[in-house]
Amino acid sequence: MASHFTPLPWPAFRAFAQCFIPETAGATEPQWRELQEVVRHALAARPARVRRQIAGFVRLIDLAARVRHRRGFASLDPRTATTLLEGFAESRLLLFRRGVWGLRTLVMMGWYTNPAVIEALGYRAAAAGWAARA
Amino acid sequence: MGGSGVKTARCAVAIVGSGAGGGTVAAALAPLVANGKRVLVLERGPRFLEQDFTGRELDMAPALYADEGGFLTADGTMTLAFGRGYGGSTIVYTGTSLIASKRVIDGWGVPGLDHADIERRSRKFMEQNGVHLLPPELINENNSLFAAGASAAGYRAEQFPLNLRGCRGSSLCNLGCPNAAKQGTNRVQLPRAEREGVEVVTRALVTRIAEQRLFVTVSARPEGAKGADPEWEPGEYQIEADTIVLAGGVMGTVPLLLASRLRGLSETIGSGFTCHPAHILVAEHPRPITNDVGHPKSFFVDRAAAEGYVLETCMYFPFVTAKNLTGFGADHSAFMRAFPRLQMILVLACDKAVPGNRVAVDRNGQPVVHYRFTEPVIQSMVRATRAAARIFFAAGAVRVHAPSASPPLLTAGESGALDRRIDARHFRSGTISISAAHLMGGARMGRNPSDSVTDAEGRVHGRPWLRVADASLFPDSLEINPYLTIMAQADRVADGVIADLAR
Repeated sequence: MASHFTPLPWPAFRAFAQCFIPETAGATEPQWRELQEVVRHALAARPARVRRQIAGFVRLIDLAARVRHRRGFASLDPRTATTLLEGFAESRLLLFRRGVWGLRTLVMMGWYTNPAVIEALGYRAAAAGWAARA
Repeated sequence: MGGSGVKTARCAVAIVGSGAGGGTVAAALAPLVANGKRVLVLERGPRFLEQDFTGRELDMAPALYADEGGFLTADGTMTLAFGRGYGGSTIVYTGTSLIASKRVIDGWGVPGLDHADIERRSRKFMEQNGVHLLPPELINENNSLFAAGASAAGYRAEQFPLNLRGCRGSSLCNLGCPNAAKQGTNRVQLPRAEREGVEVVTRALVTRIAEQRLFVTVSARPEGAKGADPEWEPGEYQIEADTIVLAGGVMGTVPLLLASRLRGLSETIGSGFTCHPAHILVAEHPRPITNDVGHPKSFFVDRAAAEGYVLETCMYFPFVTAKNLTGFGADHSAFMRAFPRLQMILVLACDKAVPGNRVAVDRNGQPVVHYRFTEPVIQSMVRATRAAARIFFAAGAVRVHAPSASPPLLTAGESGALDRRIDARHFRSGTISISAAHLMGGARMGRNPSDSVTDAEGRVHGRPWLRVADASLFPDSLEINPYLTIMAQADRVADGVIADLAR
């Protein structure tokens, strides 16, 4: 499976993450590595076709940034980057809308499964249930 | 041992799948073992150990669900969630135990399928599984606010009967109960069947059916993976069986039938796929509420007959919640940071089976689900979203996130304009997170091969040794949570198998 894996351009991916979840801009390096690891694992479990689509979509957005703003996506300021992504998310083409949906799902999976992030949200579900709240 | 290293086995009955259907058939057939009949259950997933149920989303979703719960329909607009493991999807449901309505069963028009029989058998399993109503002191505010809001908004909220024994209120049902409280087939029917001599083989993938024969691959437990080792030595097996019962759920049974290419079967295999497309609505209250403790699903509003939808209380985990909120950026983050103040409602549309929505297989025999949202389904979801928003605001919420509104955040000041703000034109595939867990149809029961795959007892037309015992039999939407009806129907199938073997 690994030999067919299409690696994500991580600098661009980090820029996407900051558009989707602004708090990720303040992520520590360990948190960012954990996020990357979750995303890598999730992609590795997906069919090769899906991995290619995701990686291809990241490159497409980067290309759009270069054409429109003469800079790669990772070099755009947050407002410009977000506007560009919103354009894809609201596109008339289902393929583009799905692409953004897929990317944001990956980022959210990486961020909102992090134990420190979950704790900071105040989410406290535990096996002990009611007994833990006594 | 066969010549090519393929091992062989022989049994009276081979059951493929161990969920609500397979587990029920296994328990019903268990007394046959004492009469010398060998009964095998072949389960694709693992047998989980008690310590495996950590309640952590990142651990459990990949272990319990196919494709980590993210199996996508062919056009990528809906995810399908179905469990894999000893107990099938009963490991991951919430245990809501409703009897199918007479209106729906009669509406299916299957000769020989009688609502009174389904009801009688459903009640038997309610008794077996300890189904009861939670006492008021164990109902959290996420649920009680729904009931109060529904009442204030003019909807009739009903309490879900639940199959629990010793529930501690972890709220983690959909990640597998960490307290063994939920009475799925992994807790009730399968252990009983095994005590009576039924053999359950886990990590056993059935790749093909031939005449009274199954081709099976048993896999070793991957290093570091949850679950026990398989009961049989890893390798290839051919199993001869007098009777084969397919109970791997829609995403197991239908692809297996299609990939096996048995000659002369009904051409309707795969068609008639239906589900309850669902999305999560989230509202923010001005104060923290108890939402992540207690059973997550205690009440529902049934508007299936009148308006084509059902509302259910629910409480999901941070990632699933984040995924279901539309959009991204600062507003999305702010909503997530309000987690202790969030109330959730699951909106389910009742989706009629239509031509075109079907299960197929690709050239590798892997399932592909072709599905499009019909206009009636979209309208149902919009009506359901408006109703849920009314209930949220009536319960005191200050903001509601409605995916089919643009922008999706509604404030209490807009509660008088919900019909205008929540509208079908904002229901855009690819921007709204829709998922379905109640998968039905694809091997429906009916009169003859021209309209169905099986008869009313799940016997495949033209193959008396082959039966189906899961929700793929349903000819149309059940319009409620399906496990109890699957068990009732599987029990009917088991009666047929017993009668066949006695002949």
